[in-house]
Amino acid sequence: MNLAAATNEHLANVSNTLIYSSMAVYTLAFLAYIAEWTFGSRSKIGRTAAALTGAAAKKAAAPAVTVQNAGGTAVLERPKVVVRAASGSRDVPDGPGAHGGDEQGDLYGRIAVSLTVLAFLVELSGVLARAASVERAPWGNMYEFNITFSTVAVGVYLTLLLLRKNVRWLGLFLVTTVLLDLGIAVTVLYTASDQLVPALHSYWLYIHVSTAIICGAVFYVGAVGTLLYLFKDSYENKLANGGTPGAFATSVMERLPASVNLDKFSYRVNAAVFPLWTFTIIAGAIWAESAWGRYWGWDPKETWAFITWVAYACYLHARATAGWKGRKAAYLALIAFGCWLFNYYGVNIFVGGKHSYAGV
Amino acid sequence: MSKTTTDTSAAEEQDLGAAGSQLSTAPVETAVPGSFGGNRKPGLTGWLAWTGREVLGWARWFWRQLTSMRVALMLLFLLSLGAVPGSLIPQSGTDALKVSEFQAAHKTLGPIYQKLGLFHVYGSAWFGAIYVLLFVSLIGCIIPRTWQFVGQLRGRPPGAPKRLNRLPAYATWRTAAEPEQVREVALAVLKKRRFRAHVAGDAVAAEKGYLRETGNLLFHLALIVMLIAFAWGQLFKSEGDKLIVEGDGFSNTLTQYDDFKSGNLFSDDDLVPFSFNLKNFVGTYERTGPNRGTPRTFQADITYSLGAYGKAKKHTIKVNEPLEIGDSKVYLVSHGYAPVVTVRDGKGNVVFHQAVPMLPIDSNVTSQGAIKVLDGYKNAQGVSEQLGFAAVFVPTYAKSSGTMFSQYPGLDYPVLNVTGYHGDLGVNAGIPQNVYQLETKNLKQFKDSKGNILKQQLLPGETMTLPNGAGSITFDKQIKEWAGFQVVQQPGTDWALAGALTAIFGLAGSLFIQRRRVWVRATTGDDGSTVVEMAGLGRSESAKLPEELGDLAALVHDRAPTKTDDEPSVPPEGAEQQ
Ligand code: HEM
Repeated sequence: MNLAAATNEHLANVSNTLIYSSMAVYTLAFLAYIAEWTFGSRSKIGRTAAALTGAAAKKAAAPAVTVQNAGGTAVLERPKVVVRAASGSRDVPDGPGAHGGDEQGDLYGRIAVSLTVLAFLVELSGVLARAASVERAPWGNMYEFNITFSTVAVGVYLTLLLLRKNVRWLGLFLVTTVLLDLGIAVTVLYTASDQLVPALHSYWLYIHVSTAIICGAVFYVGAVGTLLYLFKDSYENKLANGGTPGAFATSVMERLPASVNLDKFSYRVNAAVFPLWTFTIIAGAIWAESAWGRYWGWDPKETWAFITWVAYACYLHARATAGWKGRKAAYLALIAFGCWLFNYYGVNIFVGGKHSYAGV
Repeated sequence: MSKTTTDTSAAEEQDLGAAGSQLSTAPVETAVPGSFGGNRKPGLTGWLAWTGREVLGWARWFWRQLTSMRVALMLLFLLSLGAVPGSLIPQSGTDALKVSEFQAAHKTLGPIYQKLGLFHVYGSAWFGAIYVLLFVSLIGCIIPRTWQFVGQLRGRPPGAPKRLNRLPAYATWRTAAEPEQVREVALAVLKKRRFRAHVAGDAVAAEKGYLRETGNLLFHLALIVMLIAFAWGQLFKSEGDKLIVEGDGFSNTLTQYDDFKSGNLFSDDDLVPFSFNLKNFVGTYERTGPNRGTPRTFQADITYSLGAYGKAKKHTIKVNEPLEIGDSKVYLVSHGYAPVVTVRDGKGNVVFHQAVPMLPIDSNVTSQGAIKVLDGYKNAQGVSEQLGFAAVFVPTYAKSSGTMFSQYPGLDYPVLNVTGYHGDLGVNAGIPQNVYQLETKNLKQFKDSKGNILKQQLLPGETMTLPNGAGSITFDKQIKEWAGFQVVQQPGTDWALAGALTAIFGLAGSLFIQRRRVWVRATTGDDGSTVVEMAGLGRSESAKLPEELGDLAALVHDRAPTKTDDEPSVPPEGAEQQ
């Protein structure tokens, strides 16, 4: 074995160590998130319930319109804009987040986010070391795809946090699945680092696969939002109909944002990434054209990318159509994400086709 | 829940009047089927008129249904659902072998699948039907929307609704400036922010974000272009495979192909007239490390010319870099070895001297092939016969392994293993034959003096002598390589790409641009001062809308500031203070 190969093997080992270390840190972050949720449950807020029972009656009588009076002293102050929720939606305030306003919970939440940042950095180094060891982009097989995918998903989450979006509630759900994803990667999918065959030597590969990973990560974040929306919406419905949800459900749901905002969040996330997904498919077609001699051949992977695309288009149409808003559209979004998942795992494992060199 | 939503929004719509109308061009879901014919007058003419009305009514109803959003949704969903079986069941277009295996294994399911077209889903009637219906729906949707949109562009933003404070974003203050002055200021501010604005009554009406609708229409239009380009490509495409040994050539006519497929409307005259010669094929492989044997480069150096008398040009074709000649593209799709073999008869006359392409069966290019001497050979008795040799070739033989499996794809230690037959090769029977295999039915295998099958491993330059003066076969000291090419002609590709790129831009416009209206009303209040009210309405709820309204309000406020008297101001009618 020559020197270069030895260095590469060394780097591959470094990468593995880093990935395992990141899993350890993610586990700590997971525990910290759990602590945040646990301490947060000490506070009893019940804002949703208050809004839906007390205020709702008042609201029905007189529309809750507020007028800002900039009269009096505030001379050159900018006029305040009063925002009124769309007709028909409940005026439920957002929950305070996982810590539930509890100081200790909040502390644990901050620790959890810091640990997530650390784990993210460690994992990112692991991915980069892997890339260096194979001297190419780290997505030649499913193991590499998985580690890159979870890194990007966490990256999306941290970016949203940096942009001061209200997404800290995502933390626990995200880290749980990242641990699952990495667990599958290191146990079932592990592949010793190897090289790409000439068919994969194309810059379109870099474009196509990197955007595919980003889309997957963002779709995933959107799907978590959708799922939580469905739960929160059921919870609000139950309250609005005079039901009393269980203590656990109350404790969790009260801390999440209002269902309207969860819905809006997942719509924005999905809509924002849909053009990129369209582009991913087109980039794949361009690459297929130069590698295989046809831009579209109904290869299983292509077919499922198309199905996913149509499913998301369905979701976007549904949102634009009055009768299909809300829960129905949310189900479509989940189906669409299911298609994406199947395209990634299902097609590689059960179906095969030209893309299956990506190796299980 | 959805029911209450629609109810309230219907009420809301009335409240907003024309202000909220046509903020989008989404089709209105109406039309309930009933009797379209109405009263039937007696007599034949009455009946005819009634039938006419009835037919027209139903046709209209059907058209409206087809172009409605709900049906579009259903068709989209059906299209994705319909694509599923094609990805799970083997398809004859991509893998005919798997289809026949499947049919052999599933005696009951096979014929049913066959009837339903499940072995060629994407070409089947029902998939085509969904596709065409969606297509029609799309066109039926776009045309009226385009007209509507053109109308909106020509018209002016609708006037302010009565009660601005019912809109999603609202701001108000009192100012000492005159109402006209405020309206002028507002008009200037809005126009500067590239709103289309005009004064309507006591208020300024403005609208922005038409690019959203433009983007949306562009996107759907681009989809149509893509669909047509794709269908066009399928109908007129052709795809042929050709294996070429180094030094040999090819000219683009139907008869020269090893295998040829084409769309329904393709005609042979459509083939681009060109020819090329394969000068040299280069394959390199990883030498060391755990990835020993992984291919590194594949490239074919060729010279090609266009037309019968074109000038020859040099070119290199690589795996991801096809050669483009006119509408044709030449792809490098496979490669292998072609050892040069010489066969002599008993008198030493050369009856066969050729490079014989061998078909790889594994990634280290262990290859199989057949050497067929069709004519010119006479046996020891002077009788004409045909000779056939089954051969296995390995580019890198390992003595230690003892098997005829190659250890490395490069030519490190080439060995050719041959065994010979004589008799009738059966090639004249008119049945197409696999060139890599012998049809041994009418052949007799050569045996050595002890009666064992004659079989030998040859190194380059070595010869195997056939028994009883039947001649010999020599593995020459020359091994050529061959390359497999696929020549594809698919018109419409550029259109599909252009459509796809347009679609992305249109989509981005349609999803990221918000279409919104802003009204600024200035009226004289009870106390004589001017009440300024500003409100914004977006096509969909957005956090940006109140932000923008705030910015606009600040700009207007700068030039029509809040009145500074100590009187507490009275909130406008209908508003509740909080
Ligand atoms: C190949 C099929 C189609 C795809 C992939 C597709 C995709 C899309 C997408 C991504 C949007 C943007 C959604 C949004 O603005 O929130 C959209 C909007 C829209 N599409 Fe389609 N579409 C298709 C077919 C159709 C058809 C057949 C119709 C006609 C019935 C239609 C009518 C509309 C309308 C009216 C909108 C705008 C909705 C609005 O104003 O909010 N689409 N489409």
